[in-house]
Amino acid sequence: MRIVMSKPGLDGHDRGAKVVARALRDGGHDVIYTGLRKTPTEIVGIVNDEDAEVLGISTLSGAHGSLIPKICDGLKNSGLGGVIVFAGGIIPNRDRKKLFDCGIRAVFGPGTPTSEVLEFLQEAITRKKNNDPVGVGEDTGWHWS
Amino acid sequence: MALELTKIQDLMDAAKSGDRRSLSQLLTAIQSGEKIPETTSDPWTLGVTGPPGVGKSTLIGKLVERWKSSGERVAILAIDPSSPITGGSLLADRIRMGGHASGKDVFLRSIPSGKDVAGISPFIGEMCSILSECGWSRIIIETVGAGQSEISIIAFADRILLIDGPDRGDIIQAEKAGLMEISDIIAVNKSDLPGAEAAAREIALSLSLVEGDERKVHLVSAIEGHGIDELIQEIESCNLNSGSKILRMKQRLLSSWNSLLTEHHEIDTLLDELCDGSITVSDAIRHMAITLEFGDE
Repeated sequence: MRIVMSKPGLDGHDRGAKVVARALRDGGHDVIYTGLRKTPTEIVGIVNDEDAEVLGISTLSGAHGSLIPKICDGLKNSGLGGVIVFAGGIIPNRDRKKLFDCGIRAVFGPGTPTSEVLEFLQEAITRKKNNDPVGVGEDTGWHWS
Repeated sequence: MALELTKIQDLMDAAKSGDRRSLSQLLTAIQSGEKIPETTSDPWTLGVTGPPGVGKSTLIGKLVERWKSSGERVAILAIDPSSPITGGSLLADRIRMGGHASGKDVFLRSIPSGKDVAGISPFIGEMCSILSECGWSRIIIETVGAGQSEISIIAFADRILLIDGPDRGDIIQAEKAGLMEISDIIAVNKSDLPGAEAAAREIALSLSLVEGDERKVHLVSAIEGHGIDELIQEIESCNLNSGSKILRMKQRLLSSWNSLLTEHHEIDTLLDELCDGSITVSDAIRHMAITLEFGDE
């Protein structure tokens, strides 16, 4: 799978994003890292130009409630509703439902084993192959718990 | 996943009218081996290569910045190695190109080299034609210049910029692989660091040993912006009919021929026969040459 790993907004901490990127690479995926401090518009553009199937969003700044919905809307409005999107970082439980409602299919917090991210991807890929809805713009109640 | 021909044509029409989503999907289709109708465009291409860590991506970022401000639309195909063990890759050229890797006048596609770098070279030419057809006026192909297989990719560019760093002399080492012969322009980056001038002198000395070689070595600093204007001027005025053209054509021919051979419908049988000794390598080549199938027929 082609996966874009992104760091939106004013957030300079990317150790987590790099660890996950490395784990995904070792899982046999092609991972494109955006680098720090990208705007939602830039991230949507990168997903488009790289024709990625999956987008990972890492945020530790507390701005997830504002940035992630903007990215999801941007993807949906650019014909990229089929892209599978997951998030990670510091995202409190109480904020997660809103993100799932936007089309995020998994939220990984601190301490998540990287193998779990790969398991999530495996299941998401299986759903995609079976034509079950899983993309950010597709209607489904499913998300990784 | 085979796309129907009409789908490809639709994507091409949409991409030409400026739809980036379609252009992006078209590039993916090319990479997965779809045949694209021939185009009449004549792409402007620059290959950028050099050892790891000399600042290729950073320097490309600088070139992109200058070209953007003079109204060009720049597309970059950044080729990075895949892990030989897991097959995965981490493509991070975007970080080093800074803010110049996105925006409406820049299109960057990261391409994992796959298990066999030479295997992707046939797609590069097609990708350049499509990008040019869609109005991208400057196309940059970036590879890590390590060996023969990278040369077979970079040869798809009409002009080649070879970059080295201070205190390395790596590209003189790489002369064995033909990297220096095939390059039109040579630059030593990081002129802000000690050792850059010495590296440039050493390369110039190596060039002066060949009679009639008039290439000069540019000292540049991508970080500080020194020497970039002169470098761009040389890239723009590069003589495309220089002696290296024939070397490039030879590489293109070889890599296209290689991919024809490895896609031959009987290759597995022939390999088995070679293994059990029932035919010789010359027999196999003779047989393949007369039974080759071309995608466009």
